[in-house]
Amino acid sequence: MGRYVARRLLQMIPVFLGTTLLIFLMVYTLPGDPVAGLFGDKTPDPATLAKIRHDHGLDKPVLVQYWDYMTRMLLHFDFGNQIRNGRPVTDVLAAAFPVTLQLTVLAFAIELVFGLGLGIVAGLRAGRLADNAILIFTLLIISVPVFVLGFIVKSVFAFQLGWIEPNVSNDQEWGELIAPAIVLGGLSLAYVARLSRTTMAENLRADYMRTAVAKGLPKRRIIGVHLMRNSLIPVVTFLGTDIGALMGGAVVTESVFNVKGIGGTIYESIVRREGATLVGLVTILVLVYLLTSLLIDLLYAVLDPRIRYA
Amino acid sequence: MPDATKTAAAIEDAIAPPSAAEPVKPAKDEARSLWGDAWRDLRRNPYFLVSSVMIFFLLLISLFPGLFTSASPTVGDLQHHFLGKPELGNVGSEGWLGYDGQGRSVYSRLIHGTRASIIVGVCVTLIVTVIGGLLGMIAGYFGGLTDAIVSRITDIFFGVPFLLGGMVVLNAFTDRSVWVVVFALAFLGWTQLTRVMRGAVITIKQADYVHAAKALGAGTTRILFRHILPNAMAPVIVVATIALGGYISAEATLSYLGLGLSAPTISWGVDISGGVTQIRTAQHILLYPSIMLSLTVLAFIMLGEAVRNALDPKLR
Repeated sequence: MGRYVARRLLQMIPVFLGTTLLIFLMVYTLPGDPVAGLFGDKTPDPATLAKIRHDHGLDKPVLVQYWDYMTRMLLHFDFGNQIRNGRPVTDVLAAAFPVTLQLTVLAFAIELVFGLGLGIVAGLRAGRLADNAILIFTLLIISVPVFVLGFIVKSVFAFQLGWIEPNVSNDQEWGELIAPAIVLGGLSLAYVARLSRTTMAENLRADYMRTAVAKGLPKRRIIGVHLMRNSLIPVVTFLGTDIGALMGGAVVTESVFNVKGIGGTIYESIVRREGATLVGLVTILVLVYLLTSLLIDLLYAVLDPRIRYA
Repeated sequence: MPDATKTAAAIEDAIAPPSAAEPVKPAKDEARSLWGDAWRDLRRNPYFLVSSVMIFFLLLISLFPGLFTSASPTVGDLQHHFLGKPELGNVGSEGWLGYDGQGRSVYSRLIHGTRASIIVGVCVTLIVTVIGGLLGMIAGYFGGLTDAIVSRITDIFFGVPFLLGGMVVLNAFTDRSVWVVVFALAFLGWTQLTRVMRGAVITIKQADYVHAAKALGAGTTRILFRHILPNAMAPVIVVATIALGGYISAEATLSYLGLGLSAPTISWGVDISGGVTQIRTAQHILLYPSIMLSLTVLAFIMLGEAVRNALDPKLR
């Protein structure tokens, strides 16, 4: 087990370095100049431009910049400063991340509870009315793009019915975040429901299910233990990789409901070409993605004792 | 990283079809290919019929927008500004879906915006299928070091959040035409199909007929394209069709964020983005492009499901 984890952690290093390098190259080699952008329409003094570039290390070759950035980040937890206002990127991230995390946690909980719930109902009644209704419902959810879903929720529940405020206030109360979280988690909810429905409907026909029924086990135990445990592996896989996707996808939901999380920061740092901020954000998202996928692999062994990690 | 490969499969499973079609006993014991079987199955599937009719109309609209409206999508008359509410009774007329903030016909823009979405969806899917298919075949068939390198590069591109990466690439262009958006989406989108193809090829290269072809002295190219490719296509086609809807949705999302297509191009995403500011006063500007967009995505996802249903023998 320990050796397996160590090996997986080692395998993550090239992917981590590669992904951060890729995003770094994308940000810094594509045309556009954040320093010239500071001056708006005015033509800046070349010496001033050169000085600001030098202060931020932007005059060095890209690979050297990458090396400097990564060493500072890994050794001193220093993500650099924003070019526009000199604010440390760690401050910017610390202000924005908790909000998005709150939204993601809520969306994940909704996705888990309702997705699995619908999936179980549909899976146990495969081919019947409830199953078909759930399949059509989830098909519709999958087809509606997230921002459209956001506007539907906003105009129905905020403008027509007046149940919610159209925009989330600055206090970020849990209650206010429910509607954005439903929108954010909606797509994944549909996937979870469909995935768990398929695996459950398949496993219902398995030999061990017939054995369990023949042994006279109570229904609760047959479904709760025998069926669920065997059906959960693909669902857990999806759920795990989805945490990172939810955080990345929050850009859209946050803009629809005016949530002040990383979405706005991402958008602003892309448009203003704040490379340091953007790379810092993506680095954290990549880390979340890599660690959750490791965690899921370890969870497999819990769910299925046949899987052993030597 | 095997787990991420599973995700692609998981997503594919997630959109798994409704209960399997009833087994059809052929009258005679005729030998039919997988594709022949699939075609028989498809023709009976209501999802397939509905989605192909929808897609036929979408293609017709994007090829010949003039058949559906004579109103110009770019000429606006400011006397309709904000007051141009839809007159739903007047089906097909210039103003039946109302006018936008510039006094342009929403219906005409809806019709003329179809082309951008269809081009983005179809072109990204084609590019991604070719690149992903080739890389996946090479990685899966040759294995070893080749596989390791291709798989790690795939992992790296897969690690970049799709929407975010697309935004970064698109922000580098000031004039964002349809082809720029196609490039940005294809640049990050090829990983999924590479993984699907690689998985399929790894299974198929163990098959007896591949060993037989090798023993008979067939060259690598011949084995790859005559023996492996036709048998590995099924999962790729399914994933690609479902992904097509996703690319259309991604284009609209990027346009909504202001980083997708830009103004002279007519697109549903651009119109939705323009309608957001008037969400309280003139909801029709936002509503109709959203409906059209969702229906288009729905059509392609349904088609993908139907094809999947037909091609997966487990579900028969």
